[in-house]
Parts: sequence; C-alpha cells; structure tokens
Amino acid sequence: MSKTIEELEEIARKCRVEIVKMVHRAQAGHPGGSLSEIDLLAALYATRMRVRPSDPNWSDRDRFILSKGHASPGMYAILAEMGFISHEDLKSYRVLGGVCQGHVDMKWCPGVDFSAGSLGMGLSFGMGCASAARLDKSDRRAFVMIGDGEMQEGSVWEAAMAAAHHELGNLKVILDRNRIQNDDFCEEQMRMFDIPAKWKAFGWNVKEIDGHNMNEIMEGLDFLEAPENSNGPSILIAHTIKGGGISYMENNPSFHGAAPNDEQFHQAMIELGEVEA
Amino acid sequence: MTRMAATRDGYGQALLDLADNEKVVVLEADLGKSTKSLHFRKAHPHRTISCGIGEQNMLLVGAGLAASGYIPFASTFAIFTERAFEQMRNGVARPNLAVHLCGSHGGTHTGTDGSSAQSIEDLAVFRTLPNVVVMHPCDDVSTRALTMQLPQLGKPSYMRTARNKTPVLYDGRENEIKIGKGIVLREGHDVAIISCGVLVSESLKAAEALAEEGINATVVDMHTLKPIDGELIDRLVSQCGALVTAEDHNVIGGLGSAVAEHIVANSFAPLEMVGVPDRFGESGQADEMLEVMGISAPYIAKAAKQAISRK
Repeated sequence: MSKTIEELEEIARKCRVEIVKMVHRAQAGHPGGSLSEIDLLAALYATRMRVRPSDPNWSDRDRFILSKGHASPGMYAILAEMGFISHEDLKSYRVLGGVCQGHVDMKWCPGVDFSAGSLGMGLSFGMGCASAARLDKSDRRAFVMIGDGEMQEGSVWEAAMAAAHHELGNLKVILDRNRIQNDDFCEEQMRMFDIPAKWKAFGWNVKEIDGHNMNEIMEGLDFLEAPENSNGPSILIAHTIKGGGISYMENNPSFHGAAPNDEQFHQAMIELGEVEA
Repeated sequence: MTRMAATRDGYGQALLDLADNEKVVVLEADLGKSTKSLHFRKAHPHRTISCGIGEQNMLLVGAGLAASGYIPFASTFAIFTERAFEQMRNGVARPNLAVHLCGSHGGTHTGTDGSSAQSIEDLAVFRTLPNVVVMHPCDDVSTRALTMQLPQLGKPSYMRTARNKTPVLYDGRENEIKIGKGIVLREGHDVAIISCGVLVSESLKAAEALAEEGINATVVDMHTLKPIDGELIDRLVSQCGALVTAEDHNVIGGLGSAVAEHIVANSFAPLEMVGVPDRFGESGQADEMLEVMGISAPYIAKAAKQAISRK
C-alpha cells in the first residue's frame, strides 16, 4: 500500500486521461467533478482502501461510497487502475449494457458499493455500512465522498447528526470542495458560510487540505484514519478545483456536465502529456 | 366475542419473534412507541438504531445495513414513509436491497389525528417501485405471520399497518398466511369482494348483509397488493363474474387499481372500486371516517349489487 508521492501523482494523471477519454467518447458526462476528486481517489485507493480487486464482494472490505455519483468517470478510472475492471470496460461508459453506467451503480460495476445518482444519499448509506461494521465487531471503515453543492440537501444533515450521535468513528467523509455545482458557482446558488464550523458543530472531527497537493492529501488521509476523537465521525474538507488539470475546464461551470469537443479533447491530451503539442 | 387487536401490535410482536436471527436490526424515527418497534428496542437496544425524526436518513441507513448483510426493519407512520419515497426508490428498490419498511397509521381509519396523518396514497406510490413487495394485512395474526416471512424474502418490502383495533380473523390459522397469496374468507357465487386491511372485516359484514338478501358473496383478504395474486383473481372472475374491491386508500392506485390492471389484461369482469374518493380526510373516530369516506360495509354491499347488475 506504500506509494511515493510521484507514483500517486502519476496514477492520478493516468486517471485524468481516462476521465477525459470517457467523457469525450460518450459526448456526455461530468468531467469537472471527476477531475476535482481524482487526486483524492487515487491516494485513497492506492494507499488506504482495504479491498481485494479480484474479490470485489469480500464481505470485510472497506466500503467506498461516491455520493456525488455523477462524477463516475473518476471512480471508473481508479477502479480500472486498481484492477476491479479493465481499461476496456471504460469504453462502456454510458453505453447500453455497459458496466460503467452514467452514475456509479453497485448492481453494474465491480468495486462499486453504492448505487448513486441522487445527491444527499451517500452519507446515510455510509452510516448504515459503518453501523453494520460495528455490529460485526469489524474494523472495516466506510469512506464517503460528498460534494459541496450536495450539502444543500437536508438529508446530508440528518445523517451528519445521526452519525455523530451514534459515535461512528469508522465513518470517514471526504468533501470535494470544488465550489461549483450544476447551474453555477455554489456561492451563487446557495451561500455556504463556514463549512468547517458547521461540521464541528455537528460533532465531527474536521480537517482542511488542498485536495490537489498529494503531500497534504496523505496527511489528510492520516487524519481520517486516526482522528483526534476516535469515537466521532471525521470529515476531510479538500479544497479542489473543478475541472482541475485541464486549463479550459478549471473553475468553469460549463464543464460540470459537458463533454469536450474534438479540438478540446486534443488540447487536454497535450496538457496531460499524452501527446506532443 | 371477537377478539380485537391492532395490526401494528402484530408487527411489534413479530420483530421480537425475529430477534433470534442476529442479522435482524430495527430502525426507528422517533415513532417506535406508535409503530410498536419499541418492544424490540427494549429487548435488543444494541440492534436498534434511532435515526431521530429523519426518515430519509433512516431508509438509507437501512440500505447500507442491508448491503452489509443485515436485515433491517424500519418503521414510521405510513404518511412519513412517503417523505423518504425517493430514498426508497433510488437507494433501496433500485439496487434491490432487502430493507423492510413498515408504515403504521395508514388510512383514514387512523382517525382523530386528522388528514395529515391519514395516508391514503402509500400503497399506490410503493406499488410503482420495481422489486418492492407491498402488503396491507387485516389483523394482528396475519401481520405477525407476514412479517415473520420477510427475512426470507430477499427483496425490499412495504407493509402498511393500522393504528386502531379491528376484529382478529386468523387466530390459530397462522400457517394459511403466505406473502403473495390471497385468502378466501367466505365463498359465494354471485360476486367477489376483494379487500385489504381494515376493510376486510367490513367486507365480511357486507357479505352477511348481502346474504340476507339472497346474494352470496365471496370475500377475499388480498393482504399482498404486489405481487397481486392473479391466479386467485382469475378464479374469482370465472366463479362470480363480478368483482368489488374495498380499501381504506385513495381509489386511485391501490388495491382496486391492482385488480383492474390484472383483469383488463386477463379475464374480464365488471369491477366496482370502493375506496377513498380522491379526497383528504379530517379528524373523526375510525368508524366515523369509514362512513364519511363512503367505504364502510353498507357501501361495499351497494357496490356489490352494482357490480352484479353490470354482469
């Protein structure tokens, strides 16, 4: 599970290539949130998740719940990198009968623990997984990735309150704080005010990092695995850039849910070092 | 003297009976005293998860538990299960996770709490979800028996129970009750009354009144609305040639609709649907509500005659 920072960065780079390829090929999908989350996913899967790609349904595995399930290309890319699915499978993204459904789906894709697509649901599901682990007296963990726009769903706070009440120290959330949602910047849609204070007030361990700095990500994952209050759930607030890594997608709300055209695709491949300019 | 009991008590008793199965867990949303999951909580606090007044969270905590090998039983008022409809749809039914949801206080029979607490659409909305089994038993014995079968179901379910007491029909007959199989309570050849929940006993009363007029009615307890017992409906059509459905639920989308959907595609017969006439309730005693809504025994008997006249 040990990887150098450079190795993790290379995994993330390769995943970015796949993300852009998937969305370009399908001419649909969500590149922005996939690119903002991918450094976090790469580090989490490559160094922390206790899973068995050859036995994806191993009952005592750590669970990963991508609550922001539209950012599925990011998850498919890391699942392929880890060997849960093949790189050939990535071509099935949004294709009839394909394992890579538009939103991640546990019934379709090996390694996916939650059928997402409706925001505000994953944290509750993760609480159920964490509760089950405790009943089993297992030390497996439930990791949940949520988005910042998603926090506008009231049910997120139902779950936040309940998880702290039940002292689910095995529930670990990563917030992909990319500041953009479907229609616009989050601050325009619904002001967020003091996000860390909100989670602290709900009884959570809280840490903030730069979600694209691999050193900080590793420190953040250390925090998630061993928070100050081990009886409390934890949230890592990762400040990220929507579309991070592709210049014209960065901080651009129009790439929340839009595919690059051929010219833009070529540009992305140059920026990711796949082809020469 | 007929024993009287509430179906919600049968649910609470079943949870206790199921506790020997260590995978059974109970989820509550601050209504355990009402839905009767409180008995399980008292006996097995470590396997009872309070979700506070948060139904949406409760359904998905259940989904996470079910995906991890547990058999969650979640309950609240029928009306509040609807608040978590989309969680049931996307988080439970779609991945086919065996979460068992119980909505108590269903129907206008709920009474004096008034219209906000009288769910008249729960059976309809949950019936539209693929994978979900929908039940509405009529007495505490059958509620207990059906609930006891849920751990073997392997798919999600919704069961409506009722707040108020109704006549017990199945003392000593637990073994006759099977998910998906309607029960013939009375045989007649002129008309078949298919009912569920609190209107089963009303249907029996209606059949007695009809018998005094020389009309012989079959009465069926269709405790499972989905999957509907189509084989039995086909037999009723050929035996009686006229059908009535009776339910304390909006006449749109519930048992009547389920029966109609079956007969239009199979063996046709005239059908009269007794149900809440697409309106909200109000505060009143349980029996008063059945009168106000036009779904008590005399209305069922009247509908039976109407169905016969259409043969």
